[in-house]
Amino acid sequence: MTGTVRPLAADGIDSGPKGSPAGERPLDRLKLIRWSDFSLVPVILVLMLIGFIVSPVFLTSENLISVVQQSSELSLLVLGQALILICGRMDLSLESTIGIAPVVAMWLVLPSEGGRFAGLGLLPTWSAIPLCLLVGLAIGAVNGFLMLKLRVNGFIATLGMLTMLRGLHIGITEGKSITDVPESFRYLGKSEWLGAPAAVWICLALFAVGGAALAWLRHGRSLYAIGGNPEAARAAGIRVDRVTWIVLAIGGLLAAFAGILYTGHYGSVAATQGNGWIFQVFAAAVIGGISLKGGRGTLFGALTGVLTLQLVVNVMTLGGVPALWNQFLNGAIIIVALVISRFASGEKQD
Amino acid sequence: MDQAPPAVQAEGVVKRFGPTVALDGVRLTVQPGESHALVGRNGAGKSTLVSVLTGLHKADAGTVAFGGEPAPAFGDTAAWQSRIACVYQKSMVVPDLTVAENLFLNRFDDNARWISWGRLRRRAERLLADYGVQVDPSTRARDLAVEQRQFVEIARALSFGARLIVLDEPTAQLDARGIGRLFGKLRELQAQGVAFLFISHHLQEVYELCTAVTVYRDARHVLTAPVADIAKAELVAAMTGEQSAGATAWHAGGDGAAAPDESAEPVLRTEGLTVQGQFEPLDLEVRPGEVLGLAGSAASGNTALGETLAGMRKAGGGTVRVHGRAVRSGSVPHALDAGIGYIPEDRHDQGLVLERSVAENATLTVTDQLGPWGTVLPSRTREFARSVIASLDIKTQGPEQPVSGLSGGNQQKVVVARALAREPSVLVAVRPTAGVDIKSKDSLLGVVRRVADEGNAAVIISDELDDLRVCDRVLALFHGRVVATFASGWNDGELVAAMEGVGERE
Repeated sequence: MTGTVRPLAADGIDSGPKGSPAGERPLDRLKLIRWSDFSLVPVILVLMLIGFIVSPVFLTSENLISVVQQSSELSLLVLGQALILICGRMDLSLESTIGIAPVVAMWLVLPSEGGRFAGLGLLPTWSAIPLCLLVGLAIGAVNGFLMLKLRVNGFIATLGMLTMLRGLHIGITEGKSITDVPESFRYLGKSEWLGAPAAVWICLALFAVGGAALAWLRHGRSLYAIGGNPEAARAAGIRVDRVTWIVLAIGGLLAAFAGILYTGHYGSVAATQGNGWIFQVFAAAVIGGISLKGGRGTLFGALTGVLTLQLVVNVMTLGGVPALWNQFLNGAIIIVALVISRFASGEKQD
Repeated sequence: MDQAPPAVQAEGVVKRFGPTVALDGVRLTVQPGESHALVGRNGAGKSTLVSVLTGLHKADAGTVAFGGEPAPAFGDTAAWQSRIACVYQKSMVVPDLTVAENLFLNRFDDNARWISWGRLRRRAERLLADYGVQVDPSTRARDLAVEQRQFVEIARALSFGARLIVLDEPTAQLDARGIGRLFGKLRELQAQGVAFLFISHHLQEVYELCTAVTVYRDARHVLTAPVADIAKAELVAAMTGEQSAGATAWHAGGDGAAAPDESAEPVLRTEGLTVQGQFEPLDLEVRPGEVLGLAGSAASGNTALGETLAGMRKAGGGTVRVHGRAVRSGSVPHALDAGIGYIPEDRHDQGLVLERSVAENATLTVTDQLGPWGTVLPSRTREFARSVIASLDIKTQGPEQPVSGLSGGNQQKVVVARALAREPSVLVAVRPTAGVDIKSKDSLLGVVRRVADEGNAAVIISDELDDLRVCDRVLALFHGRVVATFASGWNDGELVAAMEGVGERE
């Protein structure tokens, strides 16, 4: 595993006068950091300033915690989507997975009689969380099978998956909300650790793990190579299809986990859980500097993208914007944020 | 016709791209109704000249005149189109539109508000009939045979008023009968006064079709002569120029390097290795310390052979063995573990992840060696990158610089670093010096030579004579078959002749 790498012998090549290799001094390395990944940080600061001016409630810990709490489920989808986008694919079905995974898990564990929702009661209640995660994993794996084995168009395949899973969700629940949420879901969604919701800590931890994997693990780092140039990655011995498949499965897993947090937090699964989220997910990822073409972006950037979107909504709500105008403003904000991040980072978003 | 001004006359054309001089005061004259061949090895400046003649590039110096009149202003596309057109190797038709639509794309009707499809088809029929092209205008362009597609492109060019057509390797994708039909059509059009500038690597075709030939070499004009007056050997000599063998330190057999030991067990051995439609069953043996050259043009199948050795392609049959052990076919990780390092043909295609840093690209094959438990430690990555930057003399701002910011030669060095990172016992290099400057070229080939001198095997796959000069042994491939074997110290002309499929050895 840890065989040493011997530097190539330097003799024999006419190398001419060598200057001191650049990048040695910290200042030079500073120049090469991709500042575009941080382009949303000032935007977030400005938003917080505006929020402070608009309403004194904004800077209270309750309000800020509710913002991050609301960001937590969306940010998990963005995390999954970001990983998938970095390796050059996309998965639209995440927004249905967040609903269907808890539903299937509950369907299998809830008793067939006694509750308002008639489940199958096949498995013990403790298995709800593992089942839910397994469903997410399976959905991601099927997406991978469609894209990588059958080589169908990933956009349309996952669009079909999105619609199909939403239909399955409605079919199983007969269009009704399920309110008999297992206790384990409730615990994750509701409990507080160190003064902040558990969901927030878990999200931060997952982002940290993801970011560390992309930076310091060979398989994590290979995502950039795969997304940037799959052929070059293949020529370098990276098992492109296998890694992509695993990433798609992880994306499904994260969406299912987001489903657990969301269900636990609100104490029920609505038939529309996650409906329409995918647009926010893509918007947050792209605003956060992730390229839809693959190979570019960081999880930190993606996280700032989520926070930006949520902060704007929060500031507007506090500013007293009527709820009926929310959808219009949501779309408008995405476009404005996109333009701002385009020019703040100075990079084309293609 | 003798008094008519030449269809095109270029004089003293100079074109520079940064520090490289792509054209160094070249000239070219094509008479009306003439088929004029432009030949030269890769990098001689042929395609740059075509770009200048068709108005895609602005010449830095020199004059171009069409039919005695000076060339249109740079950027006036319509005016250029009415004088000259180029039929590229790559199809320039819209495959899902009909022939008629392709012919009149964006000029369907001059005055009418609506497109009249009937009239359009009749116009197309008339145009095709004028030039005797037998193609139904309502066929979709994708259904055309290659030469029919070329006819359509030629007819379109002629309908703009152009009387000079550049044909860039028109026969590359044609079979013998297609070539016959194409040449028949070209002769007919010649009789109508259309001039052709014919760019080809196949000297045989030059003799069949053309009346005059111009040779470029290293961005300079070498000669222009009637085809009838020049023998093939002279033509090849003009293309390759004076030999400069032995001038470089890394030349095979020079520098006191130990000659490959004939009795040693081969490092790399293939038995009956074949890929359907690319190359025929091939037995190779490369001994320690030996550099084997596989010479051949793009269509010879030598690139496919390189990809098969590196595991990028699954072999149709046969085995590859390294140090006697069989390597699983079609798997790059297995090939890497067996000790095969690979420098791919096109660094943009298979070599580099352009947006990522020098360090990341150089360590792409050794990510399992840069830290414990599957981690890749930035400090070790940087350290490794520094060592290759120093040893290969890569000009970069630092290990963190994205490779897209490096020059071609330095990018190629990063690809080489990646191939060498695992200390391969077999190095497979496909056109390792394509598009790099002369100094990088020397040091890149020096690296390949040194890998072999350390007791490993190296295979160079190229059609560049300079690449092949480092080899101890060169096999020439033509249409997937080895047609000739040369020991070190071969003669340029013979090798080129073997690669081009001409000469007595075929």
